[in-house]
Amino acid sequence: MKVAAGKARAPQGPTFARFVRRNAWTLGTYALFLAVMGFTIAIHPDYGPYEVRSLVVGALPLAFCAVAQTCVVLGGGIDLSIGAMMAVANVLAAHYMLGRDFQTSVLIALLVLVGGTAAGGLNGVIALRTRVPDIVVTLAMSFVWGGVALLILPKPGGGAPDKFMELASGNIFTPWLPNGLILLIVIVAIIWIPVRFGRMGLALYAIGSDRTAAFRRGVRVGPTRVFSYALGGFFAACGGLALLMSTGIGSPLAGTIYTLSGVSAIVLGGVSLAGGKGGVTGPIVAAFVLTMVPADLILSGTDPNLGQVIQGCLIVLVVMAGGLAPLLRRRVARIQDEPVMSAG
Amino acid sequence: MSGTAMLLETRGLSKNYGAVVALRSGDLSVQAGEIHALMGANGAGKSTLVKVLTGDVAPNAGVILMEGREVRFNSPASAREGGLASVYQDVSLVPVLTIAQNLRLTGTSMTALRPWLEELELEDVDLTEYARDLPTPTLHLLDLAQALASLPRLLILDEVTATLPADLSERVFRVARRWRSEGRSVVLISHRMTEVKALCDRATVLRDGATVGVVDLESSGQEEIVSLMLGPEAAEVVVSEGSVSDREAASSAERRPAVEVRGLRSGLVKDVSFTLHTGEVLGIVALEGQGQADLFECLSGNRRPEAGEILVQGKSRRFRHPHDAIGAGLVLVPADRALALLRQRSVRENIALPMVNRVIRWGLINSRVEHRRVKAAIDRLEIDTRAQSRVMRLSGGNQQKVTIARWLATGFTTLLCFDPTRGIDIRTKEQIYKVLRELAAAGSPVLIFTSELPEIQLACDRALVMFGGRIVAELPAHDATEAALLRAAHGLGRSAAAAAETA
Repeated sequence: MKVAAGKARAPQGPTFARFVRRNAWTLGTYALFLAVMGFTIAIHPDYGPYEVRSLVVGALPLAFCAVAQTCVVLGGGIDLSIGAMMAVANVLAAHYMLGRDFQTSVLIALLVLVGGTAAGGLNGVIALRTRVPDIVVTLAMSFVWGGVALLILPKPGGGAPDKFMELASGNIFTPWLPNGLILLIVIVAIIWIPVRFGRMGLALYAIGSDRTAAFRRGVRVGPTRVFSYALGGFFAACGGLALLMSTGIGSPLAGTIYTLSGVSAIVLGGVSLAGGKGGVTGPIVAAFVLTMVPADLILSGTDPNLGQVIQGCLIVLVVMAGGLAPLLRRRVARIQDEPVMSAG
Repeated sequence: MSGTAMLLETRGLSKNYGAVVALRSGDLSVQAGEIHALMGANGAGKSTLVKVLTGDVAPNAGVILMEGREVRFNSPASAREGGLASVYQDVSLVPVLTIAQNLRLTGTSMTALRPWLEELELEDVDLTEYARDLPTPTLHLLDLAQALASLPRLLILDEVTATLPADLSERVFRVARRWRSEGRSVVLISHRMTEVKALCDRATVLRDGATVGVVDLESSGQEEIVSLMLGPEAAEVVVSEGSVSDREAASSAERRPAVEVRGLRSGLVKDVSFTLHTGEVLGIVALEGQGQADLFECLSGNRRPEAGEILVQGKSRRFRHPHDAIGAGLVLVPADRALALLRQRSVRENIALPMVNRVIRWGLINSRVEHRRVKAAIDRLEIDTRAQSRVMRLSGGNQQKVTIARWLATGFTTLLCFDPTRGIDIRTKEQIYKVLRELAAAGSPVLIFTSELPEIQLACDRALVMFGGRIVAELPAHDATEAALLRAAHGLGRSAAAAAETA
């Protein structure tokens, strides 16, 4: 933003107002999180470190999955094979980590991450080269990866050393701050921040928003698209590993449900499915909300099936509210305009 | 100028999109230090030629020479590096990024850009705003400033002025002249003959994808360009200036108020009252953003008035939805064809779409009636139906004709046209004027907003000028010269000054 500095003349007030306006949705997601958290504590008086830990461990795979989908959707694509890639990462890790020590396990995890990145990139390359719509390519790939996961591990099994699972469920500072949360923040920060504030991030948002304009501005559209899918593959592999950390075994079918939950999380987190709009913090927080809501509903004695209905309604209501906000703002702006016109 | 070196030369450029030949043989030579016009009817291949030149699309054949050396650009970015920058018809700033971020994408440095922002009077634009939050004319100028910052030897302006109000167009022309005086070159694509004549040195004319002639603008007139553009067979449809007075004599006979607008207020419309009579074409003229868009939205039911009323045939009507307005006989032809048409569907379906409310019997579409009416509308407007399976494949002028045709087929009492000839070639314009005149003669009132001032005298009986959300002047067609309209539109008339005081 160095270029902009020379032109920054706007006073503090409007700048703050503009910040709120531009990040309204993300702030709204935080507020929703706080509200759900408050509700959880209200119906659960002895909320403590154990509950925090199970929330983090439970939400971790979905959070990574949401980040993965965000990377792809921001670039104007969609990846329906993220859940299946998570499953492959999960069973690969569980298969090879069984009985190994911690160091070897970490090495295996790194290899899985490289593999995930390659698999994601492959989706991008196929969509780019064949010109088949990405929704079709990734849907097809979701069957491929789903099958591969079953070939590697036909039924739930495998495992990981306890120390590896500690990466999510343990804690090094205080029981209130599980390692999983630190892991999530560190990994996302290391990968996402340089992307977001670098040229690559600009290119990503640009191709998601207006591909022709991006091309004319000198963005290399093809490589950027492949990059967004590769990034998605990387975070999908993270999600698969997180799944292993939370359950302790590999499961070839566990990952597949995450594709759609991930899409729910990014929608709730303010990422536009049309591309180009949103960030990663919103979807992460939304992933926590989506993990808390069903648990709360069960805890408050609601029929789990009704819980599904409520969760679905929540998504629609939140997205609707998000669409309402700009409309109201315009109306307010119009009312504010009136006296100015008559005074001038 | 014969001794000057050719800065750019193209030979036999061609480009096909599948079976459609967009460009057959594009030859263009631009000297150093000239403003060169590229002209042609819609679909003649101008935009395709520009896209090929700037590396937006790859040509199927042909060569591009810059200063005698063959070049091949595979993206607009590489063309920029080669000294060739273009400002496209549609804004090429990414909407979700701020202006500053957009500049970073192209690698434009702030120091290189600032003098051009000043030159174009854009110093006040906040570069930390998102592109989507700024008005389109500003974005066009920012696009231009950014193109200038790379100091191209050849600047291509592809119909930049089509969507710019007159005062902003003047800034573009100032830059173009400066570019010429510095020994660089400009290629200007424009449908506006007056600006081409005033600005350019030479013109290359394209017809049906091939270069048909190069004209020296100092020695030859616009008739030569028009006849080149239209081709030999269409020479009879040339602008007929003498028609104004005949029209007035003929049509003043019986006029009743068809639509009355009283004290209308909504958005940028502050207080507008006027009467549209049967059998007249009433023109509205205004600079960008003086409330004309909101006025048309109110009349077509896209927007609800905050105050005032709209009377149709003497009865007060409240439009809550375009359906209500169409029901009252008020139909809109918007400037943006993409808003009016289903781009993926066929010409026939597009024309028949609003008709379904009228030709349904027992819940089914009466396809025989539908077919007959569609055919009649197509014939009347002479729509080119070679590419009729998808409207998006038609040229802009033909798309606009489809928009008008669908209302012809449906039937209406009042036609609202918002800048119907924006970016349309002269031949199609003529046809559209003719249809508007015929409709008026048959009794249907027509309200037309236009950004091209000469159109008022060609097509209208009367002109209203809007400024600051109010009507500030009313001129009969024979007084509505370009100069008079421009003065009023800038708020320079007597009544305009009064309105500015009360505003």
